[in-house]
Amino acid sequence: MTGEYRLPPAPGERIDRSRTVRFTFEGGEFEGFAGDTIASALAANGVSTLSRSFKYRRRRGILALSDRDANTLVQLPGEPNVPAAVREIEDGMEVLGQNYTGSLERDRGAWIGRFSRFLPVGFYYKAFYRPSGAWQRWEPVFRARAGLGSVDPAAVPGRFDKKYGFYDAVVVGGGPAGLAAAATAAGAGAEVLLVDDQPAPGGSLTYARFGVDRASQEEELRALVAAVEAAPNVEIMTGAVCEGRFADNWLSIVRGRRLHKVRAKTTIVATGAVEQPIVFRGNDLPGTMLPSAAQRLIRHYGVRPGNRAVVATAGRDGYAAALDLLEGGVEVAAVVDLRQHPDPSPEAAAVAERGIGVVAGHTPSEARRRGRAGRVGAVRVSPILDRGRLGKGGETISCDLLCMSAGTMPAAQIACHAGARLVYDRTLSGLRIDRVPDGMFVAGAANGRHGLGPTIADGRRAGRAAAQALGLDPGEAPAAPDDSGRLRNHAWPIFAHPKGKEFVDFDEDLAVRDLTDAVHEGYDDIELTKRYSTVGMGPSQGRYSATNALRVAAAAAGRSLDEAGATTVRPPVSGEKLGVLAGRGLEPVRLTPMHHRHVEAGARTMVAGDWLRPAFYGPEADRDRLVEEEAAHVRSAVGLIDVSTLGGIEIRGPDAAAFLDRMYTFAYRRQPVGRLRYVLMCDAAGTIIDDGVACRLGDGHFYVTATTGGADRVHREMLWHNAQWRLDVDIANVTAAWCGVNIAGPRSRETLARIAPEVDLSTEAFPYLGVREGLVADIPARLLRVGFVGELGYEIHVPAGFGEALWDRLMEAGAADGIRPFGVEAQRLLRLEKGHIIVGQDTDGLTTPMEADMEWAVRRSKPFFVGGRALDVHDRHPATRKLAGFVLSDADAAAPEECCLIIRDGEIAGRVTSAMRSPHLGRVVGLAFLPPGDAEPGKRFEIRRPDGETVSAEVAPLPFYDPGNARQEG
Amino acid sequence: MPLGLIGHGLRAGRRPRRALPPEARLRPRYDVAIIGAGGHGLAAAYYLARDHGITDVAVLDKGWLGGGNTARNTTIVRSNYLTPEGVRFYDESIRLFRGLSGELDFNILYSERGHLTLAHTDAALRTMRWRAEVNKHLGVESEMVGLDELARLCPPLNLDRGARFPILGALHHKPGAIARHDAVAWGYAIAAARRGVEIHQNTEVTGILTEKGRVTGVETSRGRIACGKVLQAVAGSSSLLAAMAGFRLPIQTVPLQACVTEPLKPFLDPIVVSGSLHVYVSQSARGELVMGGPTDPYALYSQRSTLEWKEGLAAPMLALFPFLAEVRVLRQWAGLADMTPDFSPIMGLTPVQNYYIDAGWGTWGFKATPVCGKRMAETVATGKPPSPIAPFDLGRFAAFRQLGERGAASVGH
Repeated sequence: MTGEYRLPPAPGERIDRSRTVRFTFEGGEFEGFAGDTIASALAANGVSTLSRSFKYRRRRGILALSDRDANTLVQLPGEPNVPAAVREIEDGMEVLGQNYTGSLERDRGAWIGRFSRFLPVGFYYKAFYRPSGAWQRWEPVFRARAGLGSVDPAAVPGRFDKKYGFYDAVVVGGGPAGLAAAATAAGAGAEVLLVDDQPAPGGSLTYARFGVDRASQEEELRALVAAVEAAPNVEIMTGAVCEGRFADNWLSIVRGRRLHKVRAKTTIVATGAVEQPIVFRGNDLPGTMLPSAAQRLIRHYGVRPGNRAVVATAGRDGYAAALDLLEGGVEVAAVVDLRQHPDPSPEAAAVAERGIGVVAGHTPSEARRRGRAGRVGAVRVSPILDRGRLGKGGETISCDLLCMSAGTMPAAQIACHAGARLVYDRTLSGLRIDRVPDGMFVAGAANGRHGLGPTIADGRRAGRAAAQALGLDPGEAPAAPDDSGRLRNHAWPIFAHPKGKEFVDFDEDLAVRDLTDAVHEGYDDIELTKRYSTVGMGPSQGRYSATNALRVAAAAAGRSLDEAGATTVRPPVSGEKLGVLAGRGLEPVRLTPMHHRHVEAGARTMVAGDWLRPAFYGPEADRDRLVEEEAAHVRSAVGLIDVSTLGGIEIRGPDAAAFLDRMYTFAYRRQPVGRLRYVLMCDAAGTIIDDGVACRLGDGHFYVTATTGGADRVHREMLWHNAQWRLDVDIANVTAAWCGVNIAGPRSRETLARIAPEVDLSTEAFPYLGVREGLVADIPARLLRVGFVGELGYEIHVPAGFGEALWDRLMEAGAADGIRPFGVEAQRLLRLEKGHIIVGQDTDGLTTPMEADMEWAVRRSKPFFVGGRALDVHDRHPATRKLAGFVLSDADAAAPEECCLIIRDGEIAGRVTSAMRSPHLGRVVGLAFLPPGDAEPGKRFEIRRPDGETVSAEVAPLPFYDPGNARQEG
Repeated sequence: MPLGLIGHGLRAGRRPRRALPPEARLRPRYDVAIIGAGGHGLAAAYYLARDHGITDVAVLDKGWLGGGNTARNTTIVRSNYLTPEGVRFYDESIRLFRGLSGELDFNILYSERGHLTLAHTDAALRTMRWRAEVNKHLGVESEMVGLDELARLCPPLNLDRGARFPILGALHHKPGAIARHDAVAWGYAIAAARRGVEIHQNTEVTGILTEKGRVTGVETSRGRIACGKVLQAVAGSSSLLAAMAGFRLPIQTVPLQACVTEPLKPFLDPIVVSGSLHVYVSQSARGELVMGGPTDPYALYSQRSTLEWKEGLAAPMLALFPFLAEVRVLRQWAGLADMTPDFSPIMGLTPVQNYYIDAGWGTWGFKATPVCGKRMAETVATGKPPSPIAPFDLGRFAAFRQLGERGAASVGH
């Protein structure tokens, strides 16, 4: 048994009756058919309460049977707020309602609904804050009731991905207008994508009723779909939601777990219209729904939406729905027409013919529930006197289904994302899309068309217009489209009740009075009304509240509806999962060519920008010892470090030296070929942003290094500046094309000599700061004599493909000298002993070369360099700090953490930027910013550790190690 | 149930008392014109009236009240900055925020949830140490916390050591708070109006009138008004307005986007920020996740949303909280951030006499609303910026006396 409300099989249904699916809801076991949604399967079983409402915890069920319906969001394991109206059931699925305490049927939190008079709109702004700090105590009470579904931190995310697409025309919505538009545009030769959120195209043609006889409409549907399917240049994407339209028709389309990012030359919006509820007391009771929801239940899922229905309407749609209900086995007790004098229509005549009573000039004024069950049991129908006022009399009609709609508004989101506005149109008594931008065409019900003929004709018009915009020839224009099918809404389907609970916004539990109060309190601009009352801010994003909220707010403010305007519509249309937006979440890791050798040698790696670098080699537990050993080994023998992550930038061209002169603070015009020179880069404010070396390989050829984290920025700055300077240079970031090592230590020359026999490594032939090109281990290499770690050493740069071979050959060649790899930590210590700064650690967002005590690297006599003018301005103001070396006075004291403060007379006087224990000196050495007057060697100061203890330190001359530089220059 | 609400219940059925004043005629002259009816402008108006007895004030706005960045920010309040000037300033703001609901007789829903800045690199750890030390020195609660403490403070956080950018530690700033942004503007507006201040919405300033280097009035879409003093507080349009007044600002205006998810049952207590991953998140009183990320990469005066920004936000957000993959983003929007070179604001005097500026609020304006309003009111009333805001003067850029807050302000707002 798959439900007492299941109808006999009928054509067009979306369920597969041969496959039964078992699932649970709130612990109870249920059966449905494959193709059933959670909501339809439950409706087939007579379950009408799906969740509890946001504020008052009222029972809620199907309103629209769409994915944008707050009332049908349910909980799945690990997935909150699942739209029950679109999620298909699966075997074993465990479904729960949302937002209750205890059980959905017996919500212990539902008492709050009885106190609604004490909880006016914005009530939380009006209380809970006295005495001071009271809100901190009240908030947990509110917080406990906040939210809808729950997340499960233990849930493991599934896989998501992305795909790109490019089309001449994207048609959003596969109803009659969209199908006609797609076929027309495709007929003119356009490449078309048709996107529809349903499992099959057809839109309202698949469930609604156009005319008394459905047979002709089924014929029309087949013809429209066949035309589109026959066109080779139309791609149909069903089950997909166009979630957003961004600049230049960049569309976000979500289908399942995939995000399609689509560039459309033109967009046709055929998204249809959304029925707008009638506002009366109890209009939220389960069993009260929009007619289209009942029609979908019948046609798509073979579910009888109720036993006895009342249909409230303000147009011929309601009569068509009544006919559908009759066909779906529902007794129709009455059609209540809000209009005093309903227009005659074939549908109305058919309804009368079937003996159904029509009550004109009346409205539902109150829906009442039956017994303890939440479902509607009867509706009070009252005569309408004038706008919103009810007369005496009327009757109470028992029913368990109340279909109600007072008209429609366009599903305008996609158009609004593109800059269109919703405006109130008096002739339609409703909202209309206005100011549609170029490249976008609105068609069908979204364009206010009503009835099948006019809708299809409007779709063709839009398809032609898109084709013309694409420069295609759509052929002969058909006869002027039928403009008769204009929708008219009821102007005031709002009937306030003295006892309230006539809901305008179902997501947020806002009744008429909440909105009028908001306006009367002074929040009278519609944007303020929205923000103060939160109308339209829930999961359905105002789809079912926008028109009525606008009417109520405008009337309360005494403004005409034309002036009021609608609030801004923001993407996405129905909600994009974070997983869909993230896709596979590609997080590339950059590894140097020698990376696997480091891993094999037991390296602990550290994140350095996108790279992983060896921090040190060996177990984490021995970190301090290993770092000291690695450093000591460089000082006493020979060490090898991977420096491939350093940026490498080739500057070639006649203006190469002039270009470097402008980019960097130092001077490069007279730098001899075969020599390297330090480079220091400042930004326009004179702040140090990077450093490295420039190797002159030829008159017009420099190879410049940059820091690991700064390489991309340096390259970008160079391109940016030269886009203005137009110097004759070519700038290429070759970081990934080259790799490199630094072999350093007193025995480095011996090691290198074994595998670079053709390069004369003698001091005379290849002095400190020399650059040579030659073969190392038969690999063409660039050799740089640098001194960052303070020992005799060579940086060897080779094409990246040779990196591992170079590493292996050096390790082999150095075995006799006891060569040992060292990591970034040891290098930090070694450079600190030499007093070299690390940009970003020993400098901050404002450090100038003067403050870093690096005036020596600035050639002030140059006519121009980036930051030079700023440095001149700095010179005119007194310096505030200077970077200086220090040693801790107590030889046994532990190193203070980097960034500890220097305190003088209770005030912040400076900051430690680097501090490590120097094995060479046997004490802690470091760099620190100090007031300029205190940065003289011998001056003492106090460093405060994080625990508040202070430690004494003394300014010391730099470098701490080998002041004469004999070791690195030897 | 609090008494106020019981009163409301008993009055139910009657029209509520008007809190915000109705639209009024624009008069030809005011002592002070404040351009911009956002949080800052309204706060300044309130303190002008309360502290200085200046009530002949018109607050002008081209749109609706609080509809600019006040309505678009992600409502985070904190004082864990890097420079002593910044820390002191924002700390004063926090102290004002704490008493604000009572002061304004309007609950701004100020909630001290704690603020965690995550470090994924040792460089980030170093900057955090610096912030923590400066904060503690100035009496602001900030502490470095390790992974164990982090797991206690924020259990759902992904502390997997094998992550692409594993979390190494965090800066915990206990007073970090969120508040209802609109309520701050409304509360100030109501309280200012009660003291006689006029608020004119939909009144766009189209020109600044000066005579001999002194401001004399403003031209508006509703006519000209004369005034003795003018305060501009128009985040997002600061450079445009300054240009009308005849001076330039060192500001680049870039869009800053944010988004919210559908409401979820509360699971995230603290505000969580990752500077390295460029994302931050908090859970609002309604249960929505309010999420933000970096500013857009290019200058633009547009409040459009982009898909790229949202995609760029989602992946790192899931690195921090993988289980959010199934949660839907419900709404995205953008504000305009006036970025200064040093990530600090500009407050005080301008080259035009009696024309005062409150600008350069980048991504950190909301949290300064009360203190900036109070101090700017003092500046307008006395003609002299008081010492807490003196370092934030416009002149500092020409002299490179910058207040480097990049390390503490670039993300996490």
